[in-house]
Amino acid sequence: MAAQPILQAIDVHKAYAAHVALNGVSLDIPEGSIFGLLGPNGAGKTSLIRIITQITGADSGEIRVRGEKLQPKHISEIGYLPEERGLYKKMKVGEQLLYLARLKGLSRTDATQRIKNWLERLDIRAWAEKNVEDLSKGMQQKVQFVATVLHEPSIIILDEPFSGFDPINANLIKDEILKLRDNGATIIFSTHRMESVEELCDSIALINRSRKVLDGSVRDIKDTFKTQTYVVEGKGRPMILHPDFEVLEHRERENGHFYDIIKLHAGTTSNDLLRYLIGNVEVHAFRELIPSINDIFIRRVRETMPESLVEEVTI
Amino acid sequence: MDKIILIFQREYLTRVRKKSFIIMSLIGPLLTVALFAVPVLIATLSDSDKVVAVADAGGMFADKLPDDKGDIHFTRVAADLPTAKTEFQKSKYDALLYVPKLDLANPTGIQVFSRKGLGMSLERDIKRAVDNAVETKRLSQAGIERSVLDNMKANVDLQTVSLSEDGERSSSTGVSTGVAYMCGFLIYMFIFIYGIQIMRGVMEEKTNRIVEVVISSVKPFQLMMGKVLGIAAVGFTQLALWVLLSVGISSAMAGSFSPDKMVQSRVERVNAATGTSTAQAKEKKEEGNKIVQALQQADLNVPLIVGCFLFYFLGGYLFYGALFGAIGSAVDSETDTQQFMLPVTMPLVLTFVVSQAVLTTNPNGTVAFWMSMIPFTSPIAMMMRLPFGGVPMWQLGLSMLFLVLGFVAAIWVAARIYRVGILMYGKKVTYGELSKWMFYKG
Repeated sequence: MAAQPILQAIDVHKAYAAHVALNGVSLDIPEGSIFGLLGPNGAGKTSLIRIITQITGADSGEIRVRGEKLQPKHISEIGYLPEERGLYKKMKVGEQLLYLARLKGLSRTDATQRIKNWLERLDIRAWAEKNVEDLSKGMQQKVQFVATVLHEPSIIILDEPFSGFDPINANLIKDEILKLRDNGATIIFSTHRMESVEELCDSIALINRSRKVLDGSVRDIKDTFKTQTYVVEGKGRPMILHPDFEVLEHRERENGHFYDIIKLHAGTTSNDLLRYLIGNVEVHAFRELIPSINDIFIRRVRETMPESLVEEVTI
Repeated sequence: MDKIILIFQREYLTRVRKKSFIIMSLIGPLLTVALFAVPVLIATLSDSDKVVAVADAGGMFADKLPDDKGDIHFTRVAADLPTAKTEFQKSKYDALLYVPKLDLANPTGIQVFSRKGLGMSLERDIKRAVDNAVETKRLSQAGIERSVLDNMKANVDLQTVSLSEDGERSSSTGVSTGVAYMCGFLIYMFIFIYGIQIMRGVMEEKTNRIVEVVISSVKPFQLMMGKVLGIAAVGFTQLALWVLLSVGISSAMAGSFSPDKMVQSRVERVNAATGTSTAQAKEKKEEGNKIVQALQQADLNVPLIVGCFLFYFLGGYLFYGALFGAIGSAVDSETDTQQFMLPVTMPLVLTFVVSQAVLTTNPNGTVAFWMSMIPFTSPIAMMMRLPFGGVPMWQLGLSMLFLVLGFVAAIWVAARIYRVGILMYGKKVTYGELSKWMFYKG
């Protein structure tokens, strides 16, 4: 991550009358990546996004776009699909997209051409003359997505992107998002359903109770939080006691088959375990038990917070 | 600025293209014209001329039949009652008045015959005609000429003149009151109709949840201003259409219903029935022209009134529009608007209600002065004072200045409430909360 991050948050604070929404949050979002802004409801994700989209301002701290302080001119570089989304019900799809694109600063001719392209791309050309209220919810979601990316923003922020989408549209949108990323756009997902974006994200930040609790690339984080635990499936009788390994879970299956979860003690490698297993049993499957982001999040929160609060943050 | 224009365009075009707008634009002037035309039509249709046949057995009207009164004409038939009755049956006369030989001290036995029963007014008029005749007879018995008595009756015309620095201008209180009410009512109505449209528009964006997308592209202030101005333009368009169509329709109507023509045709009908001269017709024609003359004599300062009307129309609308926008942003549903609507609409309704008691009866009094200074009431109050004349220029200027300042303040307050309110869902907002919003940081 030596390259200049496309978006940086530096020690951002934001407080509302009753509560603190962001408490010294700093982030680096690398260009051309898919970034996950993760955390439970009310953690401060939407507040941070509203600061980035210049809907509200931070009390202190700074947002930088390519090293430059966030300014009104950056509005056209950002595409935002809010969690609560809607359209003007009485407006035609084409007119509506044109209006929203022009609000982002696109000229009429550019906007018209791009709307045409996008409607063709998503196979919804015939809807341009329809009123939004005549469309189904899934159709409206497509239109909203088009509105978000129409002005070709270099930063696309999607708040709870898949919450309202049906599975077919969710996949379609996923594919489009990947295409946009491949074309150089940076995508920011914000969600409390971590498992829904885990596979897509290159790097993430975990936010809880207005503070960032963890960030980095997904690979690094998972490496850090590896528990040296492996799943072994096979036939025979695995060891019961060994100084280097510990069996966390042992399940007997029919015909002498077994399913074990084994944790390595410090200084032992997976190959040591494998060697030992090969000598004693017939191995059918051997894989590392990688913690999910959700597990990591809960673990991390446990470490940093009193036990009594953990209940509230698990999702 | 371009973004305000874009928002302005959308707000304007989506509303102007609505069917309801087109229908209202067409129906409005029709209603206005109907408001004036229907009474006239009804009057001409129902008050068709009545002809009363007089069977004068007692010679009460030997010298002269009673003068025509309004729509009633008298004509002589056979003095003998049975003959008169048969004649009446065959004729188209509306009533038959039979006057027997009378004892002037105690006139009894006077009868009126009619086919369908007399109207109240016809009966009253016939009675009055006979009363008159009896009075005249009694007067002449006492040695007094009717004309002498008539000459003694006083009927003074008051010419009202307003004395101002510009010199004297004759004024007509009636016309001034009419113009004052019309201006006041138009402003009142438009502020309400279009102010509430702003509120609905803001609420629509909020409940549709489109607002977050829009304000990630534009500032909340731009969105609000675009909306307020766009809807103002819709209001102006509607007003202009109403004026144009009203003028068009009424001039078309005037072609067939002008007072001249109406009088003319009535006179012809009467002449056909009674054969009287057209002398009285001329009088009527003059009567019909009286209103026109009054308007001309009133010598209203039309350019000033029209100019001020446009200023207060726009100013009042913008002032209230900003407040209505703020209300729309603070609530989630129409039912929650009530508690905030009241303090905003109260001064507006109040001005209109007290207008008769205070403004038009004492247009230059203390209450009228203060009401025309405070921006909440000035758009209506000042417009109700102006047609009476006598508003000093410094007062007008001060009132306009206050309205402009009031508008700036209203926009400032509204923008702050709006900015926070449009993103606030599912929360019952209180006044205390609203006042806090004003001091949130951007």
